[in-house]
Amino acid sequence: MVSFINYLINGLSLGSIYAIIAIGYTMVYGIAKMLNFAHGDVIMVGAYIAFSVITTAHLPVACGVLAAIFGCMLIGICIEKIAYKPLRHAGSSLAVLITAIGVSYFLQNVALLIFSSNPKMFTPIIPMTMMTIQFGVFRVQTISLVSITVSIVLVLLLQLFINKTRPGQAMLACAQDRGAASLMGISVNGTISLTFAIGSAMAGIAGVLLCSAYPTLSPYTGAMPGIKAFVAAVFGGIGSIPGAMIGGLLLGVIEIMGKTYISSQLSDAIVFAVLIIVLLVRPTGLLGKKVQEKV
Amino acid sequence: MKNRMTSMTKASKDNLGTILMLVAAFVIVEILRAAGLVNAHMDGMLVPICVYATMAVSLNLVVGILGELSLGHAGFMCVGAFASAFFSKCFENSMGVFPRFLLAILIGGIVAGIFGFLIGIPVLRLNGDYLAIVTLAFGEIIKNLVNVLYVGRDSAGLHFSIKDQASLGLMEDGEMIIAGPQGITGTPFNSNFVVGFLILLISTIVVLNLINSREGRAIMAIRDNRIAAGSVGIPITRYKMFAFTLSAVIAGCAGALYSHNLSSLIATPARFGYNMSILFLVFVVLGGIGSTRGSIIAAVILTLIPEVLRFMADYRMLIYAIILIVMMIVNWNPKSRAFIQAHSVGKIFGKKKTAKSGKEGA
Amino acid sequence: MKRMKQFAALVMTAALTAGMASSAVFADGTFKLGAIGPLTGAAANYGTAVVNGAQIAVDEINAAGGINGVQIEYKGEDDELDNEKSVNAYNTLKDWGMQILVGSVTSGCSIAVSEKTKADNMFQLTPSGSAKDCTNYDNVFRVCFSDPNQGMASAKYMGEHGLATKVGIIYDSSDVYSAGIEATFEEEAANQGIEIAVKEAFTADNNVDFSSQLQKCMDAGVELVFLPIYYTQAGAILQQAAMLGFQPEWFGCDGLDGMLDMDNFNKELAEGVMLLTPFAADAEDELTQNFVAAYTEAYGVTPNQFAADAYDAIYAIKAACEQAGATPDMSVSDLCEALKTAMTEIEITGLTGTITWTADGEPDKSPKAVQIQDGAYVSMQ
Repeated sequence: MVSFINYLINGLSLGSIYAIIAIGYTMVYGIAKMLNFAHGDVIMVGAYIAFSVITTAHLPVACGVLAAIFGCMLIGICIEKIAYKPLRHAGSSLAVLITAIGVSYFLQNVALLIFSSNPKMFTPIIPMTMMTIQFGVFRVQTISLVSITVSIVLVLLLQLFINKTRPGQAMLACAQDRGAASLMGISVNGTISLTFAIGSAMAGIAGVLLCSAYPTLSPYTGAMPGIKAFVAAVFGGIGSIPGAMIGGLLLGVIEIMGKTYISSQLSDAIVFAVLIIVLLVRPTGLLGKKVQEKV
Repeated sequence: MKNRMTSMTKASKDNLGTILMLVAAFVIVEILRAAGLVNAHMDGMLVPICVYATMAVSLNLVVGILGELSLGHAGFMCVGAFASAFFSKCFENSMGVFPRFLLAILIGGIVAGIFGFLIGIPVLRLNGDYLAIVTLAFGEIIKNLVNVLYVGRDSAGLHFSIKDQASLGLMEDGEMIIAGPQGITGTPFNSNFVVGFLILLISTIVVLNLINSREGRAIMAIRDNRIAAGSVGIPITRYKMFAFTLSAVIAGCAGALYSHNLSSLIATPARFGYNMSILFLVFVVLGGIGSTRGSIIAAVILTLIPEVLRFMADYRMLIYAIILIVMMIVNWNPKSRAFIQAHSVGKIFGKKKTAKSGKEGA
Repeated sequence: MKRMKQFAALVMTAALTAGMASSAVFADGTFKLGAIGPLTGAAANYGTAVVNGAQIAVDEINAAGGINGVQIEYKGEDDELDNEKSVNAYNTLKDWGMQILVGSVTSGCSIAVSEKTKADNMFQLTPSGSAKDCTNYDNVFRVCFSDPNQGMASAKYMGEHGLATKVGIIYDSSDVYSAGIEATFEEEAANQGIEIAVKEAFTADNNVDFSSQLQKCMDAGVELVFLPIYYTQAGAILQQAAMLGFQPEWFGCDGLDGMLDMDNFNKELAEGVMLLTPFAADAEDELTQNFVAAYTEAYGVTPNQFAADAYDAIYAIKAACEQAGATPDMSVSDLCEALKTAMTEIEITGLTGTITWTADGEPDKSPKAVQIQDGAYVSMQ
């Protein structure tokens, strides 16, 4: 039982990181109507920025986290302006998907040239002496608690932002009908940039958390978590922020439980199999809206 | 819809053009090879180019003609590659090369087709991005399962395991056929450019014929408007399944070609993972979604670029990424498209310019 | 769209014609050595190490007058850890005029390429292709230990030194090297009276989170964890074990070498780790020290065993060429035949020990057991 709870906490910890990444995916999808495959690599960029600031420049951890957030924000906006905006009216959502893949290759290879392929050991943001906390018979990793807390706080803040502020409302409007929103005087370009900025900033946070929990950092660090988070976003119903949160957490728990109790070699297959089953029962994900198709 | 109807004869002319282009390319390459003008590097690339071009034809059928986004096509290729290599390993010494290789290709295609059919049943109930993610999931599951599959053979017959080599309990005379992550080693080297070209040509003809048939028009009607197609009595599920399965068969044949070109077949994340499926998607989108000819051309170019760029060493994948982004933007941005249309070299062939819709059928 | 395609077709034809221009190359008084390995992609650190390690050896040999007075030309090509790309790289090198191949770096690629070298009868010496099948053909030799050899040696060492009776294994089931060592280790462990309490795998897609595998080892109460894996993952495992408060004995293979030099690795974590390796970057002998100094100066990082194997590979080729009296004007095939015989006659003392070869391509050298103490390797008996 004790170990079951431990596995559960490990799963929630991994899941909360997936959730933060998935929220970025889902927001961009909801508003720009595109799958941003480069999102996973923004995580990697964030982790490298934090690594450079904390380990190479010996600045405090807080500086590293802030640098990662703002660095990713900037990169997210630039990617959108340079690579995605020219294709917004291309008529095919596939065109921009492929461009996103190009951006993903680009980020990986730039990182490869700058930081070389030798993996770096990320300095966890938790000091070595405070790695675990004892609760009775349970021993919990501090980073797990931090990840879970951060993800919950971020979701609450985002919900507040979207529901209570004007830019948030503008995002909702753009998500529903971009044309009508622009007729109402909402700057669609500005709103999409804002979405990318927020999504990428979250990727930066995710990068720091991911590499603190699993400390090897290489140019390909972001690829697999990116795909998993994409799965999580679909799982929860793409476009829905609470859905992404739930999808991420579930995915993390399923992955860890599958690894532990079924087979560590098949854990990815198990994750994907569960996804398929969920989508067959609920074709638009757990919290996805049912869209009635019209002729 | 209307455009396509009126340009029927045009479409068949176009198809003929595509086939002639393939044959001409084949003849030119063969002449160059006979003249000794092809270096070993390019000569070695010929079979892979055929493999990727065939994959592009296959995926174009799903993405361009059927209108569904598949991110798991590498999985079908993987199934075809492993099934055919497995067959060849088993019968390497008991059959002649020609019938065995022919059978191996067929088996690769058929097994992949069965997978396509089985996967199609759940997948084709979904729509849009949900369908895409489920195909991605199936592709990853296939790759994952292949990596834990152990098959050995001894005098008592075949032994299977999904745990490890030791649990097969092979006898002294046993040999491993599929060794889990180490895949299949020692597949006979049978693929060559002629076979590769024939597979590509046949796949192309099959797909082009399908497009111009009654079934093909039904499939495209489903793509353009599913509900309207259903309301005029087109059996949607059946046609979708048909196109999806056919596409898987073609992918399986390409896989057979691939596996008989290398003596070591391994399903790594880069090979047969979602990365590769996405690469195939890039061919289709860059080639102009729905255009078989465009897909083939894009497959050839994108396969050659990283190889031609070898002299750039560490920078080549970066350059590849930049080329990809720029090509996409130039190709798909409405403004640059208008510019190209107005100023292109194609103006020389001015008279063909009329009556072309944005979305092509061939 | 249509115009675009016509344009694209033109470009393609141009590219093809340009690319196909045959380059007839004749070796003019130099030995042309080619290397193949992953220089980009997830395994790039291994390929880069091999290409760089070999470069150091080539530079040294050239500075000292070359092989039989003939200079070496050397070129490395990228294969992105992909069998097909590895064959492409081989063909590129052939066009360049390669006479001897030092590669491929990884087992799968090496097997794929050996099919081609066999057909061309080109001499192939893989520095680090450790799978059994790598040396299936008589023209292929290797420098590193074979996987079965390492698994066997590890189990024997543990048994003979009574290190532990209850062990856990964490290995990479998607990696030929790791799975190969694990399989023979398991066989031999039974003979040595070692109980394998936990055997947990991970895959290349899932190689950052080891919490489940470690937790299982912890719950089973294993005394020692065997890590037949590469240092990247091993470093992450040590770090995560520390986070969990798990402190067993650790035992690894030559893949663990390089761990101490990972950027920002906390060396305290590796205290007490034992490994069997033919090469340790801080060995006292002059050869190692010179190599490490030259490598560090040229590339800014400390070399690992991949670099050392590649360095030894070049010197083995030099020794074999000298033994056979090879000259650069020999055909590829003649050179291969001469070197095949010569390889079994030479003995070299390199970074990875004193090595001789058998006719089936296997090196005969003995692994050294080392332990990490105070952030440095210390030889065990």
